[in-house]
Amino acid sequence: MPQVFVILGSMVKLTNPLALIGRTFLHFLAMAGQFAIFMGKAVGHVFRPPFYFGQIGQQCLTIGYYSLPVIAMTALFAGMVLALQSYTGFSRFNAESAIANVVALSITRELGPVLAGLMVAGRIGASIAAELGTMRVTEQIDALTTLSTNPMKYLVVPRLLAGTLTMPLLVLVADVIGIMGGYVVSTVSFGFNAANYLHQTWDFLEPIDIISGLVKAAVFGFIVTLMGCYCGYHSKGGAAGVGNATTSAVVLSSIVILIANYILTGMFFSK
Amino acid sequence: MTTPPKIRLTNVTKSFGPKRVLNGVTLDVAKGESVVIIGGSGTGKSVMLKSILGILRPDGGQIEIDGENCVGLSGRARDAHDKKFGMLFQGGALFDSLPVWQNVSFKLLKSMRMPKKDAKDIALQKLAAVGLSADVAELYPAELSGGMQKRVALARAIAANPEIIFFDEPTTGLDPIMADVINDLIVKCVRELGATAMTITHDMASARKIADRIAMIYQGQIIWQGPRYEIDLTDNPYVDQFIHGRADGPIKMQVLKA
Ligand SMILES: Nc1ncnc2c1ncn2[C@@H]1O[C@H](COP(=O)(O)OP(=O)(O)OP(=O)(O)O)[C@@H](O)[C@H]1O
Ligand SMILES: [Mg+2]
Repeated sequence: MPQVFVILGSMVKLTNPLALIGRTFLHFLAMAGQFAIFMGKAVGHVFRPPFYFGQIGQQCLTIGYYSLPVIAMTALFAGMVLALQSYTGFSRFNAESAIANVVALSITRELGPVLAGLMVAGRIGASIAAELGTMRVTEQIDALTTLSTNPMKYLVVPRLLAGTLTMPLLVLVADVIGIMGGYVVSTVSFGFNAANYLHQTWDFLEPIDIISGLVKAAVFGFIVTLMGCYCGYHSKGGAAGVGNATTSAVVLSSIVILIANYILTGMFFSK
Repeated sequence: MTTPPKIRLTNVTKSFGPKRVLNGVTLDVAKGESVVIIGGSGTGKSVMLKSILGILRPDGGQIEIDGENCVGLSGRARDAHDKKFGMLFQGGALFDSLPVWQNVSFKLLKSMRMPKKDAKDIALQKLAAVGLSADVAELYPAELSGGMQKRVALARAIAANPEIIFFDEPTTGLDPIMADVINDLIVKCVRELGATAMTITHDMASARKIADRIAMIYQGQIIWQGPRYEIDLTDNPYVDQFIHGRADGPIKMQVLKA
């Protein structure tokens, strides 16, 4: 019988909710600090030579160019479903004419950058974390330093730059394709006048709608690549560690994207 | 004034959590000398080399290169420190995204910014020195056997003619003939290029061939060191047991009795 109490006692200790919360919180603080230092270092290295232009170009290709199909598909269907939803919803109070505006505004301000950011988090954040994580556990990152190459400059900076610079371009493409998706559904399925629709879209859009979306895109690109690099760079313990790093990279960057999105929207549009 | 030793470790300690791996390592390596480190598996040999390289940060003690402290360097000082070294990692640590020749000439290409053609020539030459032909140069590390990877890693470590070269088990996983070719190559690096070398090995034949001096590490300390020929004369029971590979003696392996 006494053993039962000992076991129960240690279970309480292990599962004590306060201890768990405390431990999680401390762990979170430690990680946030480490992350902030990593970010500071990475950004510092962006501006100091040597620059590995070959790496930067290659990363722009993998992060930007090869993400185009995914982003295009996402944007196309987002635009189409927006038109569809607005039509069925707005017809209840005879406001179908607002579809063009709704599509354009939603895509440029919100859905373009956010969906692109989340897709890129899945595609790029994961692959960066896995690649750097594997390099970490197989000592390739250590090998870089013994070959007089700073891993921050060689591995992290090119990815950060590529993410931050190509994401706005991707989102610009997403904006165009998304609006086109809405246009196709509205004109083909709902019989809108094509010229009218385009006119309405064009007249209604303000530069700030598009610019805010592009700024968001740059921030999201930075978040995704930085988080991927951070998680991969600090992974430890073989294949399982790399797996964890990959998961954390995707989950964390997705959450941070959504939070940053709210903050940025507030900064741009709250008067 | 006497010139300081190339590498000097004084009372270096390093723990991982509760586990004390280096427990006051003290060792001098003179310029142009080849020192072989022997010792049981898991006694901290690789950790010692990584501490000197600055990959791991020791908890205590001093590490000096050319008389200058090199613990916790950053920025330019760290770059200058890294430039002096070539390292063969125990696991190879080849860049699997690059073909073999770019691995070998990595430092020449990325750090010294040598033109591609010259770098490739040097890479091919170094690959030939470790017994690999030119058609291996275009392959990727994943397409090589374990022994071939080890030799590529070795070629990479010596490609830029560093002042100090560390070899972590250079002949493990190689056939005896190739192992001897590698031994000759290491000797050549030291004798002809004047490099200072530290080599970790379990292969006593190799140790006898490449060492000027041998040091044995046990329980995180250097328990014996001396010129190569003395290793067979010493009456140190630990060294004696180790070089003759006997299961019984003062060194107890942590094996649970069935
Ligand atoms: N990054 C690390 N984190 C935690 N423990 C480590 C780490 N690196 C090494 N160790 C521990 O330090 C000890 C010494 O490791 P080290 O790799 O130096 O052994 P070694 O002497 O090179 O052995 P071997 O001859 O098998 O290569 C081991 O017990 C290992 O568990
Ligand atoms: Mg080792």
